Amino acid sequence: MITAKTARARRSDPGMTQTSTDMMRQDTAASASYAIELRGISKAFGPVQANKDISIRVRRGTIHGIVGENGAGKSTLMSILYGFYRADSGEILINGHPTEIPDSLAAIRAGVGMVFQHFKLVENFTVLENVILGAEAGGLLRPSLAKARGLLKDLAREFELNVDPDALIENLSVGHQQRVEILKALYREADILILDEPTGVLTPSEADHLFRILRGLKEQGKTIILITHKLREIMDVTDEVSVMRRGEMVATRTTSETSPTELAELMVGRKVLLRVEKTPARPGEEVLRVDGLRLVDAQGVERLRSIGFELRAGEIVGIAGVAGNGQSELLEVLAGLRPAEGQAWMNGQPLPLSGRDCDAQARRARRIAHVPEDRHRRGLVLNFHAWENTALGYHHDPLYNPHSWKMDNAAIIRDTQAKMDAFDVRPPDPHLKASGFSGGNQQKLVLAREIEHAPDVLLVGQPTRGVDIGAIEFIHQRLIKLRDSGSAILLVSVELDEILSLSDRIIVMFDGKIMGERLPDQTNAQELGLMMAGMA
Amino acid sequence: MDMMVLVQVLESTMRLATPLLFACLAGLISERAGVFDIGLEGKMLVAAFMAASIAFVSGNVWIGVVAAVGVSVLMSLMHGLASITFRGNQLISGVAINFLAAGITVVIAQNWFRQGGRTPSLSGNARMARIDLPFAEALRDVPVIGPIYHGILSGHALLVYVALLCVPLTWFMLFRTRFGLRLRAVGENPAAVDTAGVSVVGLRYAAVAICGVLCGLAGAYLSTGLSAGFVKDMTAGRGFIALAAMIFAKWRPWHALGAVFLFGLLEAVANRFQNIDILGVNLPVQAMQALPYILTVVILAGFVGKAIPPRAGGAAYVKEH
Amino acid sequence: MSKGRIPHWADVTLVPLTSVLLAFVISAILIWAIGESPWAAVKLMVEGAFGSSYGWGYTLFYATNFIFTGLAVAVAFQARLFNIGGEGQALLGGLGVALVCLYIPWPHWSLALIAASLGAAVFGAAWAFIPGYLQARRGSHIVITTIMFNFIAASLLGYFLVNVLRPQGAQDPSSPRFPAETALPKLHEILGVFGIPFSTVPPVNISLLVAVGMCFAVWFMLWRTRLGYQIRAFGESEPAAEYAGISPARITIYVMLISGALAGLMAVNSVMGEQQRLVLNAVEGAGFIGIAVALMGRNHPFGVFLAAMLFGFLYQGGAELALWTGIPRELIVVIQALVILFTGALDNMVRIPIARLFAMRGAR
Repeated sequence: MITAKTARARRSDPGMTQTSTDMMRQDTAASASYAIELRGISKAFGPVQANKDISIRVRRGTIHGIVGENGAGKSTLMSILYGFYRADSGEILINGHPTEIPDSLAAIRAGVGMVFQHFKLVENFTVLENVILGAEAGGLLRPSLAKARGLLKDLAREFELNVDPDALIENLSVGHQQRVEILKALYREADILILDEPTGVLTPSEADHLFRILRGLKEQGKTIILITHKLREIMDVTDEVSVMRRGEMVATRTTSETSPTELAELMVGRKVLLRVEKTPARPGEEVLRVDGLRLVDAQGVERLRSIGFELRAGEIVGIAGVAGNGQSELLEVLAGLRPAEGQAWMNGQPLPLSGRDCDAQARRARRIAHVPEDRHRRGLVLNFHAWENTALGYHHDPLYNPHSWKMDNAAIIRDTQAKMDAFDVRPPDPHLKASGFSGGNQQKLVLAREIEHAPDVLLVGQPTRGVDIGAIEFIHQRLIKLRDSGSAILLVSVELDEILSLSDRIIVMFDGKIMGERLPDQTNAQELGLMMAGMA
Repeated sequence: MDMMVLVQVLESTMRLATPLLFACLAGLISERAGVFDIGLEGKMLVAAFMAASIAFVSGNVWIGVVAAVGVSVLMSLMHGLASITFRGNQLISGVAINFLAAGITVVIAQNWFRQGGRTPSLSGNARMARIDLPFAEALRDVPVIGPIYHGILSGHALLVYVALLCVPLTWFMLFRTRFGLRLRAVGENPAAVDTAGVSVVGLRYAAVAICGVLCGLAGAYLSTGLSAGFVKDMTAGRGFIALAAMIFAKWRPWHALGAVFLFGLLEAVANRFQNIDILGVNLPVQAMQALPYILTVVILAGFVGKAIPPRAGGAAYVKEH
Repeated sequence: MSKGRIPHWADVTLVPLTSVLLAFVISAILIWAIGESPWAAVKLMVEGAFGSSYGWGYTLFYATNFIFTGLAVAVAFQARLFNIGGEGQALLGGLGVALVCLYIPWPHWSLALIAASLGAAVFGAAWAFIPGYLQARRGSHIVITTIMFNFIAASLLGYFLVNVLRPQGAQDPSSPRFPAETALPKLHEILGVFGIPFSTVPPVNISLLVAVGMCFAVWFMLWRTRLGYQIRAFGESEPAAEYAGISPARITIYVMLISGALAGLMAVNSVMGEQQRLVLNAVEGAGFIGIAVALMGRNHPFGVFLAAMLFGFLYQGGAELALWTGIPRELIVVIQALVILFTGALDNMVRIPIARLFAMRGAR
């Protein structure tokens, strides 16, 4: 923590605390003190404007954060800087020089290194082979490997970047794989290092180690751009922070002069606390009980550790946690998509967690419905018409199959029309393909399908991810309404707001374990945040 | 089986394994780079035709070989265009190439030579000469060494030895050079190569082109070394046997050598004997013919050591973050 | 690469037609290059295939084969499975037909037809089951296994014909002739009932009606039954299918069984309807033509029917061409290859410019 203090002390230096408006007024001659300057960058994917006229300046030798919600355009902007995409318009200056970055090679030559959210490593290569790939010293491997081995040793000493150079990537932990990515960039003599959501997959101790590394790199004069949506990290480690919202750059602040609240408001463009109108829950009978649930993934990593909780009729239980701490796996296990160890009871009857009778169909037969986290991959068949998607998972429903094996398409279409009207899906056309609806309307289609079957338990993952504000409110109201009609809802969301405003009880998960349970009116974001970080 | 027969069978194994070895290494290099190629058969076939026709017309087998390689590379580039540039289905492209070859060789052969889709028989310099290895004659009567060196190893066309040489070359290229590292990387995770600033498309085209060269040599040997001229459909499934050998060898060059020799031996035995008694069980010739395919299925099914293809194989590279 | 949207009608008509046109243009250039007249060739082919009931008869006979194999490939494609094994499955189907016709005495062709169809379907399905099972449960790539199974089928059939079915003293590796009771009614006999004259020579027979019936059956299965729904959902998105409780393994196996059965049924037309005995090359590449037919027919039974007719025309026309000109029959294989290339592998090359055209029109 000493390094953090010195960093903060340095930030009080008057030269460093200009407001963003002052910075913009400076003329180009001063650009040389900026490692990176982007001017008017725009990029569209088809009809989607991912980046709109973005300008930003990053001071040399600082850690500059870029925050924004999912889909705000952060990753696209950085991919442009790394030559992964080409901007439709705009200008890139590196160290004051206008630079064309048509491909990654140009970015590497300009001294830019990037650590992607999803690592770009060859799994069955060694660390050393991955590090030299594309930056070999000559036509033959042996001398290249020998040279890299020596350099790697120096880098490891200097920056706490220890990895076994001869280990295969597939045998390394995620934290170590990330170090390899950083080593790759340093091996290419990058002066500017971009990290895209680097802590999303890390445990808190791994994240702390990463931040130590980043501070060390800054001491050596490297410039670091940190893309994240976690405000705690921004406040912890950055010198300056820029906020993006819906493809636009809305503000740049000096970190020491801003607050998480201000940043959060800038990120979402509205008051953060989204209050949902609801009456207190009247929990009824226990519907679902889980005990000693354990999941080990294909790599042998324990994803869920002795999870136990119960769910009552007429209540919403929210599961809070940083992405990747087992919430997604828990949903999948309960939805019958992954077998697991442990015991579960539904309405008092045992619910098998593995074996023959453990698939999504069997779960629906037990009146467990599921709104999956990823509606594009799982929740919908994008190439199917809306009406065909209405039958997805319910294709055994007698309403749709009056003659057992034959499907009554007309009945499904009628039912879809009714559901579309009830959930205000626009356009209300059952014959439109799922891919033709907006994110919010797609989600309404999924919700309509799952809610209208009046399940005893509804499993909901990230119900409002990538959904516009109007639809968010609608979806929240519908979930409350379902609760009030006596269903039990298990809500998984990485949006703490959503958890706080919808849940009647909150369970916090960290590293595959349940850290504790809180009531929403007796806790706050700070306490939950600490629990989510495994610190309570 | 007496000694004579054994030597003869092994000698013919050498010859039969050669086109398989070329084609197998061709497929291996292409698939290591992530481009599936079930069009080995077709490329061999056009190459066989081209080698025989040009050798016949020019009277020089080596001009034929060059032409064969040229046309085979052309077909490879077509596969590259479909599967790399236009991101089409690599398997379907391979199927198309096989049919294209089966059809066009006969159409053109008929047009050029009017002998029912075959080329005239080759002789003299239009065929590949046999090469006697040094001291082969002198060692002829030495026990054990004589039959092996003189009877089996010596006296083959140059391309037989080139094929054998290609095994260490391929191994060296894949595992000891920069190009090989990148090539293997592009078959495992093209995004890693792309973000490292190396062209995925360029690497894959290079691999596909090498595949074309090797298929060209395979076909040329088939029509000017193994036989004396081109006959309709003369590859007779060898491209697929080579594919099977590649899977059998789990995409490793030295193992590929072993696999093609096993499959070559099966073919040589099937050619020589109609039925074989093994421990009192009468094994029909059809069983010998089917054995390479059956073995490959068994290996693919993972009953005996699982064959895992390169991870990015079969899919075109699309950038995403 | 943004794909751009093409209206549905254009996707099912304009795209395949453009591909076929490209294939024809290149073939025409080839014909011209070997010194023949493309125009004369086309005239000869059209006359040969459609100019007489004799030509029509052969065209329809070939088309019958291609409908079966095309449907087989198309059903598998609906589940995103590439079944290259139609050739082997049809060979085994032929074995099923032969065993049913040779070893069971049938009083009437109608009973024999039903039994032989079952035999063909069961044998074909069984041959497709193994690759399907290996893909579903052991993860073996279905394309490779089905290719291997084509060769294994050829060897197996060779063994049966040489060592089991061949009559004593006969030279050819082929089965004895089937009893006369199993001969299927030819099209001219069927049309004769209605007083329509038709050439008696071509082998086109009642299997044509079975094939057309199968088009309807497959359409119904895919778009009107729960199984079809599950197949299509699995084909469009495996994660979504899992989410819906559709077992990928089970659907893979079901689809391969159906696909293999359809490919096997082809033998009813060729083995029972034409040759009346089982020979080594009973399938003659029809299993592979199924790939082109399915690709061109956009995996829709109606499209498969039209594409099979086109290939029936090409095969009959090509035979006429070989008879009267110096252009060998293999020209058809070239056309077939080009159709597969353009409709299958170079799909994007055809699609992208068409999508641009529509985008331009839309912008105006």
